[in-house]
Amino acid sequence: MASKRRGLPEINAGSMADIAFLLLIFFLVTTTMDQDTGIARKLPPMPEEELQEDDSQIHAKNIYTVLINSHNQLLVEGELMDISQLKDGAKKFINNNGIDPNSSENPEKAIISLQNDRGTEYMTYIRVQNELAAAYTDLRNNASLNEFGERYADLNKTQMKEIRKMYPQKISEAEPKNIGGDE
Amino acid sequence: MSKFRKDGKKRMPAISTASLPDIVFMLLFFFMVTTVMRETTLFVSVTTPQATEIKKLKKKSLVSYIYIGSPVKRMQSSYGTAARIQLNDAFASVDEIQEFIAAEREARDEKEIPYMTTSIKADETVKMGIITDVKQELRKANALKINYSTRKGTY
Repeated sequence: MASKRRGLPEINAGSMADIAFLLLIFFLVTTTMDQDTGIARKLPPMPEEELQEDDSQIHAKNIYTVLINSHNQLLVEGELMDISQLKDGAKKFINNNGIDPNSSENPEKAIISLQNDRGTEYMTYIRVQNELAAAYTDLRNNASLNEFGERYADLNKTQMKEIRKMYPQKISEAEPKNIGGDE
Repeated sequence: MSKFRKDGKKRMPAISTASLPDIVFMLLFFFMVTTVMRETTLFVSVTTPQATEIKKLKKKSLVSYIYIGSPVKRMQSSYGTAARIQLNDAFASVDEIQEFIAAEREARDEKEIPYMTTSIKADETVKMGIITDVKQELRKANALKINYSTRKGTY
């Protein structure tokens, strides 16, 4: 279709779509949509000499020991346990509030002590970390539903702080040791 | 223009494709903006373990990555299959981690240093020994905020 006016000839834009498609496909292929996700943890600072003292003040009953050996088996409070039971076990321990004299006094004092072998598989370790985190999430959710009628994740900052104070997540990892079994 | 035309054949009107480039361009810009090019080439194969209690890692610019896993196929002839640590674009030994953290800190603003996170991207089959070593080094370097990289999933 020739224009009757003399002037700039019309640029054919028909191939524009093709060019754009080409670029689009390039970006579609190279794009990585995955958001990095993970379990956030804080490492304890390197121990200093004087720090040893306050360890003795924690009663043994307030500590929930979880050991993982090189065959990925769990020893919880001296007994063999399956990973699937760990969450309930931890919840029961944290929320004991002094009912069982051999378990924790209250959630604020409860400490979970985690120790793994050098031969433990990373997958098992993460799963244990995950189960323990899930126990705390459940307890915090219950508490916030009771207090504020909302789930923990929906609370505002000050409310969150309050709940966190009720259920501080205390997962301590002992200095690395070799528990039973070769690597 | 009569509404009810009676004459002869009906022809399908041609669909205008004039707006097609616009649509495609819109998609193109969306992908251009969201795309993240991979910065490092992975020399180790990493399949992160699954977990449910995961958090999103914010502020990507403040995250340093440590990859741990067995070398990829084409590197196995020269490096074997034992799990190795990769920092930036090269294999590294455990004692290089402190240097790596120092270099990462140097590259950031001083104010941002307390918010820096180290993401441990380890393969699920790796043994804890190497990870414990890495964690000890991070403690020595005082890089205490860590993140175990995991996928979302249930057991």
